Amino acid sequence: MKVLSSEPENIFIDGIGAVSPAGWGVLPLREALAKGEPLPAKELARPGWTRPLRVRSVPPPSPRPDFMTHPRLRRTSPITQYAVAAALEALGDDAARVRNGSLRLGIVLCVMTGCVNYSRRFYDETLKDPATASPLVFPETVFNAPASHLAALLGATALNYTLLGDPGTFLQGLALAADWLLSRRVDGCLVAGAEEIDWLTADAYRLFARKIILSDGAGAIYLRRQSHTAPSVRLHCISEPHLFSSKKQRAHAAQRMRAELPAGNPGHLLCDGIQNLPNIDAQEQEAWQDWPGARLSPRAILGEGLAAASAWQCVAAIDALRQRQHPAASVSVVGCNEQAIGAHFVIS
Amino acid sequence: MLFPRKQPPVPPPRVVVTGAGIVTPLGVGWKANADGFRAGRVAIRPVTLFDVSRQRVKASGEVELPPALPDTHLPARQVRRLDRAAKLLLLAAREAWQQSGWKPSTDLPLVLGTTSGGMSLGQDYYRQAIHTPGSHRRQPTRVLHYQAQRQAIDLSDAFGFGGPIILIANACASGANAIGHAWELIRNGRAQRAMTGGYDALSQLVFAGFDSLQALSPTRCRPFDTRRDGLAIGEGAAVLTLETLEHSQRRGAIILGEIVGYGTATDAHHLTQPHPQGDAAFATMTAACQSAGVSPRQIGYLNAHGTGTPLNDSAEAAAINRWAGEHAAKIPVSSTKSGIGHLLGAAGAVEVVICLMALGEQWLPPTSTLETPDPLCAFPLVQKPAKAQLEYALTNSFGFGGANASLVLRRWE
Repeated sequence: MKVLSSEPENIFIDGIGAVSPAGWGVLPLREALAKGEPLPAKELARPGWTRPLRVRSVPPPSPRPDFMTHPRLRRTSPITQYAVAAALEALGDDAARVRNGSLRLGIVLCVMTGCVNYSRRFYDETLKDPATASPLVFPETVFNAPASHLAALLGATALNYTLLGDPGTFLQGLALAADWLLSRRVDGCLVAGAEEIDWLTADAYRLFARKIILSDGAGAIYLRRQSHTAPSVRLHCISEPHLFSSKKQRAHAAQRMRAELPAGNPGHLLCDGIQNLPNIDAQEQEAWQDWPGARLSPRAILGEGLAAASAWQCVAAIDALRQRQHPAASVSVVGCNEQAIGAHFVIS
Repeated sequence: MLFPRKQPPVPPPRVVVTGAGIVTPLGVGWKANADGFRAGRVAIRPVTLFDVSRQRVKASGEVELPPALPDTHLPARQVRRLDRAAKLLLLAAREAWQQSGWKPSTDLPLVLGTTSGGMSLGQDYYRQAIHTPGSHRRQPTRVLHYQAQRQAIDLSDAFGFGGPIILIANACASGANAIGHAWELIRNGRAQRAMTGGYDALSQLVFAGFDSLQALSPTRCRPFDTRRDGLAIGEGAAVLTLETLEHSQRRGAIILGEIVGYGTATDAHHLTQPHPQGDAAFATMTAACQSAGVSPRQIGYLNAHGTGTPLNDSAEAAAINRWAGEHAAKIPVSSTKSGIGHLLGAAGAVEVVICLMALGEQWLPPTSTLETPDPLCAFPLVQKPAKAQLEYALTNSFGFGGANASLVLRRWE
């Protein structure tokens, strides 16, 4: 079987966006990470308990973004608002090109817990009295609701996938976007990771790690085949997703992921998934113990934002390259219950 | 490496189906389902899985699970933890795996579609969290097994294979998108084979959700009927083993059919309602045929999304009329949801298997509940079981959020 020998298959990062407990935008994220101190946790009431849960949630936007007045977005839960805000920041001026039909935009949304606010609310209403359970709430419980709203806002009718999985899924989403771009099925592709806080998920995660602090928000990366920014940041590689279903396998998966990425040098940045929770971090720490360069751990500062946190890791790594702080950066995601996967970005 | 990718082969390899497993309200396995779909049996019955006494509608397509699951590599303790959705998935996968004759390997991608994973476990978790907030008994297991990635990993463990897991949650197009994506992985040279499909189990939340939208039929699900008044919800799973033609022939596999085209597009009109003219449906059918290199006149059977809701069926009819043009009058169309209900994340995958059955055995599955065809339909609706000479079949799947997908399949002789 023949293979095509064509020009190098380059994928560039043309935009980044973020909504996090640090605020709305990449700038507050950058500032919080530069400060290096964990953001203060807030209390979240848990029905039936006198002691509240501790979370790091996104502060209210100020001013309220214009897009929230769009008819499709008025009733949405926070996950959609975060995903759309991050996506629009990443898209920048190209949003207008999508709207006028001159740019075919692909959308990949990655979630782990997804639209949990309205799912809990709708199920609660159902248990109380299904006759009064809100038909306006139910459609917002569907995993792909945020991606659908984003597509509607932009008038994007091309490829649109919502991927489910643990936090490593965000990097799978980047690889999928690269595939769509290189096969010329889209002209640009947004990959967003988004989550929303709910007492139900914070309660569930506490069962596995009492000190874990969940957070919410979104991160988005806009990929193109050509670069329109200076400096240009290029996606260099994404490892295979290495599956695991036990702690032992998790360590092995982390090692294999590490082995697939460039070795790194003292000038390079590693943006890892460390949370400063030894039980959770051990396998990833072990895999990267010989890393020679600088390290940044967004989850330790912002909280465990699941798919959003993996997106913040990538956004932070790319932002550092754009700020010319490093010539190259690796991202390591050793997920909670599925896969270890990594990526490497370089200034081109 | 997921990226950079290997250069895609030119021409792309042909992708064939060498195993197909199916579980629907009609039964477990190919034969029970082929007999049921061919005869146009209806398997909608009163809901027994949860309380529907206060719901507007009280019937659905429930699967009768066998008393025990087949033996796999999963230890008994792990089997006991499987929820209903995982059991449906495992049953379908077991049939496909056996049929394919595949052996365990570490490079087998698994691409699945689902809308709600282990939702029933999430519901159990919530009820206990509210009613006995101090009790954590069984809660960690529910959290783990609620998640779709856990169900996928259990499936890999059950048959001893490994490889990337991709879970697509594109509402009711999830199963079709999953198969389309697996097909593309093989065509692009990313894998020589892939296991793929869709699954969903009935859950109270989803049932109540569709009921709250008044999308469920209070009478009988009658797709494309002038008096249609809604859909029936069902549950099930279908799993396919896909591989390159070359790979399958090298090992002397039995080929069930070929997947030749895939199209997907987004309907930005409304979160739950299609564009009245079915613009995205038209786009996906057109794209699927383009990628297959066939024209509408070559399509011998179209398995419609055909939910039975007034809006879906009129939009889909408009799209089919437009896509087929003057050939519409010659393309037999049916909706098999009339017999089993709408299987949500499983629907697209189940309907691919139905198309394989129809192509392989040369018959048309009827929309057996149809009484008075909607005059909007410029195409013949299959109302009675019929024999046919088929070369190509097309199947549509459309979902909330405007997720649309179409697949084209070819008979294997």
